[in-house]
Amino acid sequence: MATTVTEPPRIEEQRERQRPIGTSGNGGGRNLVPAQGDLRRVKDYSPPPSSTGIWVVLASITMSFAAFTSALIVRQGSAADWHHLTLPGILYLNTVVLIASSIALEVARRQVGAFMKAHTDRAAAPSLWLYITFLFGLFFVAGQYVAWLQLRSQGLYLATNPNSSFFYVLTAMHALHVSGGLGGLFRVIYKLKNSTLRKSTLDATSHYWHFMDALWLYLLVLLWMKL
Amino acid sequence: MHDMSGHAQAIHHAPPTSFIRKHVFSLDHKVIGKQYYGLALVAVLIGMVLSWLMRIHLGWSTSPIPGLHWLSSTGAPGDVMTPEYYLQLMTMHATIMVFFVLTTAPFAAFGNYFLPIQVGAEDMPFPHFNMMSFWVTLSGFIPLIASFFVSDGPTLGGWTQYAPLSAVGAVGGPGEGAGVVLWATSIGLFCVGQLLGALNFITTTLDMRTRGMSMWRLPLSAWSWFITSCMGLTAFAVLMPACILLILDHVAGTSFFVPGNLVINDQLQPHSGGSTLLWQHLFWFFGHPEVYIAIVPGMGIVSHILITNMRKPMLSHRVLVYSMGALAVLSYMVYGHHMFVSGMNPISSLAFSFPTLVITIPSTIVVLIWLGSLYGAKLRINSASLFALGFISMFISGGVSGFFLAQPSTDIMLHATYFVVGHFHLVMGVAAMFGIFGGTYFWFPKMYGRLMNETLGKVHFWCSFVGAYAIFMPFHYLGLAGNVRRYQAFVVDYMQPLIPLHRFITVAALFTGAAQLIFLYNLIHSRFRGAPATDNPWEATSLEWSTPTTPPPHNNFGDQLPVVYHDPYQYGVESSVGDYVMQASSEQVITAHDEA
Amino acid sequence: MGKFFAVTIFVIAILSAIPILRHTWWMAEDISTHGAPIDEQMSETMAEAGISFLASQIILGLFIWKFSSSRSGDKIKSFPGGAKAMVWAAFLLVGTEVLALGVFGVKAWANVYFTPPSANAMPVQIQAGQFAFYFRYPGPDGTFGPIHPDKISEANQNFYGLDTDNDADSKDDIVTAEMAVPVNREIHLLMHSKDVGHSFFVPELRIQQDFVPGLDLSVHFTATKIGRYEIVCTQLCGLGHYNMKAYLSVLSQEDFDAWLKKEAALQ
Repeated sequence: MATTVTEPPRIEEQRERQRPIGTSGNGGGRNLVPAQGDLRRVKDYSPPPSSTGIWVVLASITMSFAAFTSALIVRQGSAADWHHLTLPGILYLNTVVLIASSIALEVARRQVGAFMKAHTDRAAAPSLWLYITFLFGLFFVAGQYVAWLQLRSQGLYLATNPNSSFFYVLTAMHALHVSGGLGGLFRVIYKLKNSTLRKSTLDATSHYWHFMDALWLYLLVLLWMKL
Repeated sequence: MHDMSGHAQAIHHAPPTSFIRKHVFSLDHKVIGKQYYGLALVAVLIGMVLSWLMRIHLGWSTSPIPGLHWLSSTGAPGDVMTPEYYLQLMTMHATIMVFFVLTTAPFAAFGNYFLPIQVGAEDMPFPHFNMMSFWVTLSGFIPLIASFFVSDGPTLGGWTQYAPLSAVGAVGGPGEGAGVVLWATSIGLFCVGQLLGALNFITTTLDMRTRGMSMWRLPLSAWSWFITSCMGLTAFAVLMPACILLILDHVAGTSFFVPGNLVINDQLQPHSGGSTLLWQHLFWFFGHPEVYIAIVPGMGIVSHILITNMRKPMLSHRVLVYSMGALAVLSYMVYGHHMFVSGMNPISSLAFSFPTLVITIPSTIVVLIWLGSLYGAKLRINSASLFALGFISMFISGGVSGFFLAQPSTDIMLHATYFVVGHFHLVMGVAAMFGIFGGTYFWFPKMYGRLMNETLGKVHFWCSFVGAYAIFMPFHYLGLAGNVRRYQAFVVDYMQPLIPLHRFITVAALFTGAAQLIFLYNLIHSRFRGAPATDNPWEATSLEWSTPTTPPPHNNFGDQLPVVYHDPYQYGVESSVGDYVMQASSEQVITAHDEA
Repeated sequence: MGKFFAVTIFVIAILSAIPILRHTWWMAEDISTHGAPIDEQMSETMAEAGISFLASQIILGLFIWKFSSSRSGDKIKSFPGGAKAMVWAAFLLVGTEVLALGVFGVKAWANVYFTPPSANAMPVQIQAGQFAFYFRYPGPDGTFGPIHPDKISEANQNFYGLDTDNDADSKDDIVTAEMAVPVNREIHLLMHSKDVGHSFFVPELRIQQDFVPGLDLSVHFTATKIGRYEIVCTQLCGLGHYNMKAYLSVLSQEDFDAWLKKEAALQ
């Protein structure tokens, strides 16, 4: 039964007097009409979207590589035609380059963060370390291509044997995602130059980049152990 | 430049001015939702015509279908459908329906349009990705349709594309050439599009809720879209790698799925070492969550419609949410029930059957909550509520046949028969379609400011409800009698007596299909000539009915985002407007509905 | 219209149940030794599914009938017990019911898959290939000769790719296009796919099993009734899938011996 309210409701909960007809969904059970329209008592429940967004993206990328991993494991067990290959040496150099790029990105992040907080009218935004990250990223992708060339020179092509197939597929998929990360870095640099960069964008891009790094380390171990 | 965090900053894109920006490459989630709906509408018309062709052929497999040779002269020389063409049409029917209708309409179309509004946001947080998601999905539709026009025709391997048939290449027979690559490309693109969509749905639900909108205050439709997008995120991310590996086997000579020593057309095939079952595991890991992706939004939409038309909330909001969540989680553990007799370890078959039986429990809870909520309701009968109630009936019917398919022992007799086809058409196909229809009748006034014609809506409902049962109930009898599925004709001795039942089904199918044209007419006519609707014709409470204009303005709520003071379903109260209080209304009503 | 809807639901529910109750279209008779538990599972499941189906559709219809005709003064009511009652009902009624089905069904499944073939089961090989089944009997030496995939040739009718010149075991193998088995004799069916996925289904034998290319599987059964039955393919294998079938003859021991002798002469 409804009543017209003549005084502000008490904030503490009111025990209901009779069994409810149904529940329509409520986090706390109270009618939160605030006294004197004080909105502070009506909570704002939401965090910033780009930080959630990047974890969502990373979750789906994880699932994809999990699928590839299980395909690899099953394929290895399904026939006796596994021919171990020696990983091209340049892969290790590429790994170092990628790790270096992550370090460079962290340096860039701190610098840009400080710049944003400082509110000074400095002429140039600190983009040097972002460029270095980008460059290292490019080196990585190029280096992966060189790894493929090295494999080809050994006569190992995509369809030669299951090991080579998985090598190309996994490294190609990873390089593709790294290229996406390069696109994200480019966008960050561009926005920094235009003074339209949000910290959350930089953070999200960094999370993605570091994840690519971690994913590569995982793939390297997988390739080394299994292929 | 300063750091702007918090959801309020998220998306301020100015209203578009050019035609292209307004209607083609739009960042507005409402336009994107309508674009998805349009895609689903085109897809369902194609899918339905394909089903007519299939059904006519099944009833009269040696007879010509007049005009068919225009669709394909190789597929239907002299207008008589070849066996391979039947399988190609069947594959396209299933692929188009499952992906471009059942995933697109309830989730991508309605979800894109209404989720941001129901959480009280201006738009989704990543409108560029959202726009991309539609265009990538559409670009996935194109290779699929294109496969009708390549020389070998579309792939014929079913929407399940089992290896090695799908992977060996054109040598596997007509339909196994370029059609397979086009199929896999199409589905791969579809996956990417849906992943981009899932990104937006999840972040919208978690991060864009307006003040006062706690998670538990979200309407059930919003919850269903959120849960579905979590499933989509993980399921589509597995199908895409599978499609990539399939394409490589098909064109690049790899052997992920193709074992050695295969002899086709007296020629030894060059592949070796691949695992046939690997494809099935990857596919069904995606495939089972996919069927829940198809149905969970329908559950949310139907709950939402019913509550408004019952004038009371559900028995328990939270139990429904938990049940949908349980369905989502369990859906990953049951996929092996598609593979009971596949050659997988028979112990695995038992292992998969138990979660499959257990998943009955949340499904039952959902149905019982619906039924229990109907008790004591003040039920309003209109097109939307009829389809919502019809959904319940279809879901029950389709669901109980699952008892048989969940057990490996009974599955021995029913696997790959029409029993399975009847099961999934009722529980997923028809039920989800009813959810789409219900959602259309319900939300059309908000989207276009006009009402759909109620009389036509009711006629559409009656024809569809009775017609769908007339079509799909007999499928179960056919299956019990051993009628194998995916047969283009029945030349097996023991299936001869079943042909008359097939003809009955065909007549029912054509009749029911024709009735859908009533809906199409109603949709188009009402868009331009429908009676004007008020902002809240159903006296509903959730935020979409609080928009300042109908259709909602570009930023959904005008100058001021709503503040939420109530649960989404405050019905059965006495307020200044009637027996309900809107979620965004600051009117305080002490009711028996508030939880302690 | 609510009442009309309710009546429609009742009618549809009952009409749907009639063919089931009357077995209008039903499973073929069971001629196997392992099929009885499967048929029992079927009946139990049918009873539980049928009751659930009828009860829920009727309740749906009843509630629509009753509660769509309320007048404006009526108050909404709540189902006694609320959501809790529903959750309990789901767990107790349906949960225990389906788990019982599952537990009892293990035996029916185990009968088929967890009991090995007996030592004197007669081995018969079946090869599935686009779009026919071919059978092979080992002949007097009791062993099957090796399959040479590169020698398989439909054109030359060498379906199994046998090399009878060089493989002694192949010389007496008997390859046929129809399958025959003696009644009441256990058969060990060795399944092999030549090309893509196929499946073996004989409703009367209560067996359905996929062929997996690259994997050699087997099933075993004993047929208890003389007659002629059909083996059909149930795994989509290409354009000829609908036509991929073979006859299975269950014969008396004498008739079977005669048949085998006749086939051997035709090799």
